[in-house]
Amino acid sequence: MKAFEELRSSLIESLTGLGSVVRFLLRLIVNSPGALRRYDLILQQIYNSGALSLVIIMLSGLFVGMVLGLQGFQLLQRFGSEEALGTAAAIGLVKELGPVVTALLFAGRAGSALASELGLMRATDQISAMEMMAVDPIGRVCVPRFLGGVITMPLLSAIFCVIGIYGAQLVGVQMMGVDSGSFWSQMRASVGMSDINEGIVKSCIFGVACSLIAVYEGYYATPTAEGVGQATTRTVVTSAVVILFLDYLLTAAFL
Amino acid sequence: MRRSHTLNLGTGLFVVLGFAALTFLTTQTTSHGLSFGSSPHYDLTAKFDNIGDLKVGAPVSMSGVEIGRVVGISFDSKEYKAVVSMRINQRYNQIPTDSDASIYTQGLLGGKFIGLTAGGAETYLKDKDQIDFTQSAFVLENLIGQLLANFAKSGGDSGKSNADAPAGADPKAPEAHKTEAHK
Repeated sequence: MKAFEELRSSLIESLTGLGSVVRFLLRLIVNSPGALRRYDLILQQIYNSGALSLVIIMLSGLFVGMVLGLQGFQLLQRFGSEEALGTAAAIGLVKELGPVVTALLFAGRAGSALASELGLMRATDQISAMEMMAVDPIGRVCVPRFLGGVITMPLLSAIFCVIGIYGAQLVGVQMMGVDSGSFWSQMRASVGMSDINEGIVKSCIFGVACSLIAVYEGYYATPTAEGVGQATTRTVVTSAVVILFLDYLLTAAFL
Repeated sequence: MRRSHTLNLGTGLFVVLGFAALTFLTTQTTSHGLSFGSSPHYDLTAKFDNIGDLKVGAPVSMSGVEIGRVVGISFDSKEYKAVVSMRINQRYNQIPTDSDASIYTQGLLGGKFIGLTAGGAETYLKDKDQIDFTQSAFVLENLIGQLLANFAKSGGDSGKSNADAPAGADPKAPEAHKTEAHK
């Protein structure tokens, strides 16, 4: 009986949490048009979460692409079709690895920074101070961060894919001796616009999910040092799980 | 001032890089640059007995030069034939009406594509025309089946020698069969 009671309360708790996330998302969307007028704030956030993530995204993309090139070459060599390496690497990167790994890195690099920043603002009463001055903290603080993340993610993912394909080419063509012409021509023949679209849609949705979770966790963080730490941790963990779950759903939807 | 300059520069660099990457993905990794969606084109159809695993989007080539793409594959239930519609770039509008269309394979096990061979007629194919002379896809299973049937027909002693011979010696078998037939 007690176990049942606990189950019921935890179910209600998680439903409440989900509901408040959705309400928060709606508030962000409602406040978005107004925030677009203060574009310099959004620009600042694009710089923070986009331009500053460039190095980690490019480095990871290069190595992911190089690993793909190496593993793909090993596997395809068994069937004597090394030329398909370009196709394998490009499709793998554009449809799956690009959006997912970028989103995971984004959650770790930018999402955690967003959450701890907002959490600290909450803990040091900056958000309350804004409310006292009749400045809506959602419109002034949360929406620019949210929109910045949403705009940033597809661009980061595209950069990741391009660098990754270059990395695969580096290993496959330069090191392993796959013919450069067939690498590119087979890729062009088999990658379609639908694959690129799938990657872009995925990265846009991951961008919304990551930024929403980071801003929500930070904004509603417990205003203590411990609470800020917890909010940061929860941001990364929840984002990772939600990204992989959404990835499954989206892949199934695109099939 | 200094800070806002760096900020603008960094953001600008990032946005430019992002859009450059998107452009690269859409134009360089796909064959979209080759699609005739916007350029003028005309449509042809051809009926094949068997199209193998020809796919929509496969290239249509003439003398090895890509002149169009397969845009649709349907089945004619009256004639029991596959109807392939092709979209040909308007630049190549001088294809004789008695040209023939064959389905070839790219590489040993690659995808299928349609090859057109020019005929000798003075009139040219127009939009919505049909290519009458067609040759079906080369289906590996059928060929192996024929080969096996040939072996079976050539019978007793040659069949025995085939069984002893390694796989690499197979090409000789049809020749042996031919000489036997001459006798």
